[in-house]
Amino acid sequence: MAVTPKPVDLTTDLGFLKLRNPVLTASGTFGYGLEFEPYLDLAKLGGIVVKGLYYKAREGNPPPRLVETPSGLINAIGLQGVGVEAFAAKVLPELRRLKTAVIVNVCGADDDEYAAVVEFLDRQEGLAAYELNISCPNVKKEGACPALSPRTTFDLVKRIKAASRRPLITKLSPNVTSIVEIAQAAEEAGTDAVALINTILAMAIDLETRRPKLGNVYGGLSGPAIKPIALRMVHQVASRLKVPVIGMGGIMTGADALEFLMAGAAAVEVGTASFIDPDAAVRIVDEMERWCAAHGVAAVRDVVGTLKTS
Amino acid sequence: MTIERNARLREVQSWGDHFRFVIDAPAIGRDARPGQFVMVKVSEGSAPLLRRPLGIHDADAAGFELFFRVAGQGTEILSQKREGERLDIIGPLGRGFTVASAAKGRTAALVGGGRGIAPLFFLARALAAAGARPVIFYGGRGLADIPLRDRLEKAGFEVRCSTDDGSFGFAGFITALVEKELARVEPAVVYACGPDPMMKALAAITARHGLPAEFSLESVMGCGIGACWGCVHRIRNEGGDGWVKICEEGPVFPGERIRWP
Repeated sequence: MAVTPKPVDLTTDLGFLKLRNPVLTASGTFGYGLEFEPYLDLAKLGGIVVKGLYYKAREGNPPPRLVETPSGLINAIGLQGVGVEAFAAKVLPELRRLKTAVIVNVCGADDDEYAAVVEFLDRQEGLAAYELNISCPNVKKEGACPALSPRTTFDLVKRIKAASRRPLITKLSPNVTSIVEIAQAAEEAGTDAVALINTILAMAIDLETRRPKLGNVYGGLSGPAIKPIALRMVHQVASRLKVPVIGMGGIMTGADALEFLMAGAAAVEVGTASFIDPDAAVRIVDEMERWCAAHGVAAVRDVVGTLKTS
Repeated sequence: MTIERNARLREVQSWGDHFRFVIDAPAIGRDARPGQFVMVKVSEGSAPLLRRPLGIHDADAAGFELFFRVAGQGTEILSQKREGERLDIIGPLGRGFTVASAAKGRTAALVGGGRGIAPLFFLARALAAAGARPVIFYGGRGLADIPLRDRLEKAGFEVRCSTDDGSFGFAGFITALVEKELARVEPAVVYACGPDPMMKALAAITARHGLPAEFSLESVMGCGIGACWGCVHRIRNEGGDGWVKICEEGPVFPGERIRWP
C-alpha cells in the first residue's frame, strides 16, 4: 500500500507578514493581478506585488519596449500605469476581495512622490505591505535611481519607513558595485525586508540599421539569463543581513525557487515566467511542494539558508 | 481565454515559407472571433523565451487554424512541427473586428498585405454568414507572398490580387489597387491587416473617402494578456493620445483612433 506523503508546510513567516507560501508575483510582470484571474487561482499564491505605482498616471516609454535575447528579455516599459487615485478607485476594491496578500510596488520621480504615494495608500485598506521600488532602470537616464548609492538608499528608506504605517520591503538594483553595501544601508534605515534583484541594465543592437532595438536605448534584462547573478547577490546579501531577503531573477521552476531559498531567501518572486505561462507561479508552488515531499522536507522554510559552502 | 497545453496539430499545409496549421482545440475554436489571436509556445526551453502572437486564420467548434510566414526564430521552430504533435496555446485573445448585423447586403473590402491575410479569411467567412459581400484585396511583393489566393477563391470570395513586382495580378501596391477599385466595389466598410506602411497608406485613403475602417495592428508581445505593457501603439483616446496595449484593447482598432508613426 502506498504511503500517503505528509503534507508539506509551505507557510512562510517574514516576521512582519505571514504568507500562505513563499511565492509572490514580481511587480511589473503580473499587471494589477486581476489580468491573471482567468488563468489561475490567485488565492493559491503567497502574494501579489502589483505593478509599480506613481502618484500620477505615467505614459511610459515609446516602443519598441521589448526585445528577446538568449534566455532573456530586455524591457523598457517605463512604468506606464495608472496613478494612485485610479488605483484606489478601480483596482484596489477588486484586489480586496482576493484571498491573498497584496503588496504595492511604490515608485516616485523624487523622494516627495514616494512619500506622497505611501501617504495616500496608508489611508486605504486591504494592503499587506509596500515594496519600495528604488531600482527601476527604465525611468531616468542611464538607469539612475536611488538604489545606486548607499546614501540615497538610506535617506529614502528612512523617510518612507517613518512615514508608513505598513511594513516596508526595499527592492534593490543589481546595477551597483556592491549590493551588500546598499542592502546594509536599507537595513540600517529600518527596512523590514529587502527584495532583489531588479532587472540588469542592458541593451540590444540591430546591426543592419545601427540602431538600438529598444525605443529607450537601454532596458532591464530579466529571465533565466540573469538567474546565476541573482542567486549570487541573494546569497551575498542574505549572509550579511538580519532582515529577511526576498529573492528573484529568472525563476522559471520550483527547482529555481528552492535554489533561492537555499541561498538564503525567505521568499521568492516570480517574474518573467508569468509572461510565458500565466499560471507559472502556482505551478512553481506545486513543484516546490513536490520536491520537499520527495526529499522528506516537512516545511519549505527548512530549506532557507541551507546552502553548504564548506 | 483558455490555456490549451495539449492542442493537436491535425494538418499542416505549406507553400515555401508560408504555413497553414489546422489545430484541434475546441475550447479555443468555440470562443474565437475574427481578428483575435493566440499565443503559441514554440519551444519548451528558453530559446526563444516568449510565446509568439499569431492571428486566428479560421475557427470552428473543433478548433482553429493559423496561417503564418517564417519570419524569425520562433516561426522557424513552429514551422518544423509535424502533424500529430501537441502544441501549448493560449487563446483566444484580444478584441477582433466588428461584424455588425448592419453589414447585411453591403459590401466589405478586406485588405491583406502578405501574412496579414491571416485573420481576414475568418473575417470574410463571418461577414458572408452575416449577409455581407466580402471582397478581398490580397497583395504581396511577388507571387510567392500571396499563396492563399486559390483557397480564398475556392471559398467563394471575390479576390483581387496585387504584386509589387508585377508577377501576378495588379502591378503595384495593394493600396493603389484598392483606391482604383473603390468606385466599382463601393465598400461600406474596410478591414485591413498588413505591414504598417500599407495600413498607414490605406488609413489615408479610407479617411479621404469617409469610409469606416478597422485595422489589425501587430507587435512583439511579452505576454498577450495585458500584463507586461510591452506591445503598445499610439492611440487616440478621449483624454488625448496615449500608449495603448495592442493585446488588450486591440489588436483591431478603428482607423480614426490610430496614430501612425
